[in-house]
Amino acid sequence: MLSIKNLHANVDGKEILKGINLEIKTGEVHAIMGPNGSGKSTLANVLTGNKNYEVTNGNVLFEEKDLFDMDPETRAREGMFLAFQYPIEIPGISNATFLKTALNEIRKYNKLPELTPTEFLDRIKDKAKVLGLDDTLISRAVNVGFSGGEKKRNEIFQMLILEPKFVLLDETDSGLDIDALRIVSNGVNIYRNPNNAFLVVTHYQRLLNYIQPDFVHVLYKGKIIKSGGKELALELEEKGYDWIKTEEFETENAWPESE
Amino acid sequence: MNEIKEKKTISEETSSDDMKVLDDLTSSEYKWGFVTDIESETAAKGLNENVVRMISKKKNEPEWMTEWRLKAFRYWQKMEEPTWPNVHYPQINFQDISYYSAPKQKPKLNSLDEVDPELLKTFEKLGIPLEEQKLLSGVAVDAVFDSVSVATTFRETLKEKGIIFCSISEAVKEHPELIKKYLGSVVPYTDNFYASLNAAVFSDGSFVWIPKGVRCPMELSTYFRINSQDTGQFERTLIVAEEGAYVSYLEGCTAPIRDNNQLHAAVVELVTLDNAEIKYSTVQNWYPGDKEGKGGIYNFVTKRGACRGKNSKISWTQVETGSAITWKYPSCILQGDNSVGEFYSVAVTNNYQQADTGTKMIHLGKNTKSTVVSKGISAGHGNNSYRGLIKIGKNAEGARNYTQCDSMLMSDKCGAHTFPYIEVENESSKVEHEATTSKIGEDQIFYLNQRGISTEDAVNMIVNGFCKEVFKELPMEFAVEAQKLLAISLEGSVG
Repeated sequence: MLSIKNLHANVDGKEILKGINLEIKTGEVHAIMGPNGSGKSTLANVLTGNKNYEVTNGNVLFEEKDLFDMDPETRAREGMFLAFQYPIEIPGISNATFLKTALNEIRKYNKLPELTPTEFLDRIKDKAKVLGLDDTLISRAVNVGFSGGEKKRNEIFQMLILEPKFVLLDETDSGLDIDALRIVSNGVNIYRNPNNAFLVVTHYQRLLNYIQPDFVHVLYKGKIIKSGGKELALELEEKGYDWIKTEEFETENAWPESE
Repeated sequence: MNEIKEKKTISEETSSDDMKVLDDLTSSEYKWGFVTDIESETAAKGLNENVVRMISKKKNEPEWMTEWRLKAFRYWQKMEEPTWPNVHYPQINFQDISYYSAPKQKPKLNSLDEVDPELLKTFEKLGIPLEEQKLLSGVAVDAVFDSVSVATTFRETLKEKGIIFCSISEAVKEHPELIKKYLGSVVPYTDNFYASLNAAVFSDGSFVWIPKGVRCPMELSTYFRINSQDTGQFERTLIVAEEGAYVSYLEGCTAPIRDNNQLHAAVVELVTLDNAEIKYSTVQNWYPGDKEGKGGIYNFVTKRGACRGKNSKISWTQVETGSAITWKYPSCILQGDNSVGEFYSVAVTNNYQQADTGTKMIHLGKNTKSTVVSKGISAGHGNNSYRGLIKIGKNAEGARNYTQCDSMLMSDKCGAHTFPYIEVENESSKVEHEATTSKIGEDQIFYLNQRGISTEDAVNMIVNGFCKEVFKELPMEFAVEAQKLLAISLEGSVG
């Protein structure tokens, strides 16, 4: 699904990613953990094509296609989805209008017919129910006046509507109380299937209690310094990031930079 | 290292390709720029008393009308062109303009069949449903082509209700008592430089009179178009709603592409008596000039409504996407107690367009209320100014105003300015003013991109959301039209 090789990237001229290697296969869920400032969000933004992040070296194949040949909307239409850490407000445009436009753009690109209003409405109602969203949220302007939890739920809602192949969750757990966390995770687990893949970026282990990853990678200072199974997350939780930091020099070469 | 270089080249190519696409879109943007090849009768350039008399004579006007024009002309001669607006343009030579142009035709048309087919084709291109059978949607159109009103549709239906909807020249002849009573009663011929010029040379326009207690059953609409070269268009519109009457009126404007600037100096007067309401919507899409700022319409317009009666209401909604220079302040004089004035505006300036627009709300009666919502969008080298006056007179007990001015910047070479004036002479009144300026958010565009929406569509969506409060005031079908216009006006403005 996604193959990242020796990825380097700058933000404001400063190198943040310093050679990431990662293979994600269809049906897998990978988690990237790391302390603040390690480059987790940068990775999510680089993969989705945010202009403020400059790729300086390396390459990424997404479903065998060169990711960096595609503009952000093409990546989205090819099936890449980012659940934003800080979802953006679009005043005056309803969630429904926004989603209908997005869905039809994606369908058009994939040579599928547009959904009829009834089909679209059915899909919306269906998915809203899964996430316990009430109907008013759908007619409200995109993320305007939403609480932190509502915004995150709205991201997952969009994921369910747009049905992407590859989902990036960027700190989706931040700012969520335990109930919201459960609902959001439930949405992800329902959607998870052998035909799609996830990359879950998170600071804390708790999200991984709900979304069980197949692989866990530790990102530190722009490099993946440790990879393992889901037990690695528990070990991190127990020992804290300092454990990684002190072990940094020993482990750096001990772990090949993909799983 | 080779790989890095290659990557960069690819991304540069993509972006320059993008730019080319955007450029192409921008250069093809004015879609109403065709010229209709019909014979017309155009007066020689220049302005003097004889020209004023000639115009009046061409229109078979009665003596009192000719006199009114001459008084206006003599007054105008002593006036000076205003220089206070925040717009810049070379001095206009008023002797280098032709003040009358009319399609050569039989003097009086009885039905659409008699209208020059070329002219009808033009209206078709403009998308005006001129033929009666197409008017089932409930829009009656008075089409003004250069200076003469060509055909007024749906007259019969309106007649049954006692509504008068005709060209102003016709009204001068057929309803002199109403014209004498109301023409110039809101915007006198001494009002300002362009209003005086208009009073002297106005060629045509619309007249609407809604009798007492009648709710006009359809949207009334006028479509203006400047076709001939070097002519000015000076239409004059007068709408009167008698006690308890209601009308919703829409005007739209286009002009062919010309290298030189053309002058449009219109006057619109509205009068509402007790419990009456007029809703006046404008979609202005005059030719804005090319990308370098060559050509385009100078749109210097005086629009004013008087809420004479108690509980009456006047609502202005305007979507201004065209013109090289726009200079207009649709205003309300709130004389009647409890009367309400509203102004909803979207003004777009792209390339080298300049707009200085806003409103005046003059509160005279008790408990009068006004709402001002202005959305300015600047792109390219465009310059957009909001200029507004809220005046609360000393007898306006309990008057209230709410003003909201939002500006959106779409490039780093454009400008947005706000000039709010507030004069309060009554302590029981309440005046609120809110203003915001924002740059179109790259993060918003990226968010929409990430959901599969292209940058062009993302910009349109964000801008439409920004203007929503104004669009929702427009009649449904025109709101759709306005959204399309906005999209076309801003094509390629964010790269």
